[in-house]
Amino acid sequence: MKALMLTAALLLTPLASAQSLYDQLGQKQGISAIVEEMLYRVGGDERIVHHFDGVDIMRVHQLITEQVCNVVGGPCEYSGESMRVSHEGMGVTHADFNALVEHLIVAMEKHEVPVAAQNQLLAKLAPMYDDIVE
Amino acid sequence: MHKWRAGMVLVAFTLVPGVSFADSGSKLLATGGASTIEGAGGGGIVPWATLSSYADVGEWGATVNVSEVAVDDFRLSVQGASLSWNNRVEVSYARQTFDLSTIGGELEQNILGVKARLFGDLLYGNLPQVSVGLQHKSNQSFALPSAVGATEDSDTDYYLSAAKAWLDGPFHRTWVANVTARRTRANQIGLLGFGGDVDDSAEWVAEASVAAFINRYWAVGVEYRQKPDNLSFADEQDWRDVFVAYFPSKRVSIVGAYTDLGSIAGLDDQTGWYLSLQAAF
Repeated sequence: MKALMLTAALLLTPLASAQSLYDQLGQKQGISAIVEEMLYRVGGDERIVHHFDGVDIMRVHQLITEQVCNVVGGPCEYSGESMRVSHEGMGVTHADFNALVEHLIVAMEKHEVPVAAQNQLLAKLAPMYDDIVE
Repeated sequence: MHKWRAGMVLVAFTLVPGVSFADSGSKLLATGGASTIEGAGGGGIVPWATLSSYADVGEWGATVNVSEVAVDDFRLSVQGASLSWNNRVEVSYARQTFDLSTIGGELEQNILGVKARLFGDLLYGNLPQVSVGLQHKSNQSFALPSAVGATEDSDTDYYLSAAKAWLDGPFHRTWVANVTARRTRANQIGLLGFGGDVDDSAEWVAEASVAAFINRYWAVGVEYRQKPDNLSFADEQDWRDVFVAYFPSKRVSIVGAYTDLGSIAGLDDQTGWYLSLQAAF
């Protein structure tokens, strides 16, 4: 009986996704590295890099890292403005938003984040669309 | 001849190294969908609310595509192209050749399509992406359709489509669903003309697709397409397929399917394979 329960528990464990989303992203250090990779790619993207003209990119990196860490349940507080306030008047388009999402996805792929974890993070960030895009 | 020409263009755009084009568009990978057998962007047999190519706001995009459907007694060859702008409008053209392998002979049809996104977005916000479209079809070989009771050699289908993606759907995979309502009186999508001795008026039919993305490059899904039954000489049945789609890059996509086209022109149980190749730029 004990062996049976142990077997059942072992079989079910993978379904329960042993690691939290925060852990699957590599905790704060992993998230910081993913955001860095994403911003590095943004810097080379002429479609959207102009949105970051005159912006303190280190501060942007810190804020996005905090925010991602926070929305995936990590021990972080987001210290920036709301999405609506921080993107007001920037004229971010649907195409710009997609460009950033694409850089995030490629950054996650580079850091070997599992597809399931990628999707969970994207689903948590996608609702920000309405506050960011004009 | 046309088939080979389209094929050559496709090969030239996708495989020749050193040929470079402007950015392929900002929409995310796979969100332009595949090319349907009627030329519009969508699945394989159902036009979707999504627009072909990766043209996002302020961008232009285009596709060229070839598709082959081989079932027991028939073979359908399609060459098509589309142009999209601003994630708003898609214009498409397709030329279909339907080889009556067993019966003998060939049917041809040209389809000019226009689709416009009305509102909503496939990925973002609460609303689905909703589009309206039309497909003007002209049968180029009306002698046979006319002989079996079809009344018109050309007609226009109208449709309304809604599509939505769930980024984190069941099994933490991204899922896409599309439903389309089409007003049509096409017999076998128009290859056997339009209207008939049983029913000469247009009717609303339902079409649907569901796909799950294993990762962002590979998707598997099913499609269903209801069809009218206007001719007394033979039963016409609904179509369905199970497909696998591969999006290795924004430049090219490949769709393979197992398809069940039911009874066609009195020959029952037409099942077989579908293969579609699209180049986008």
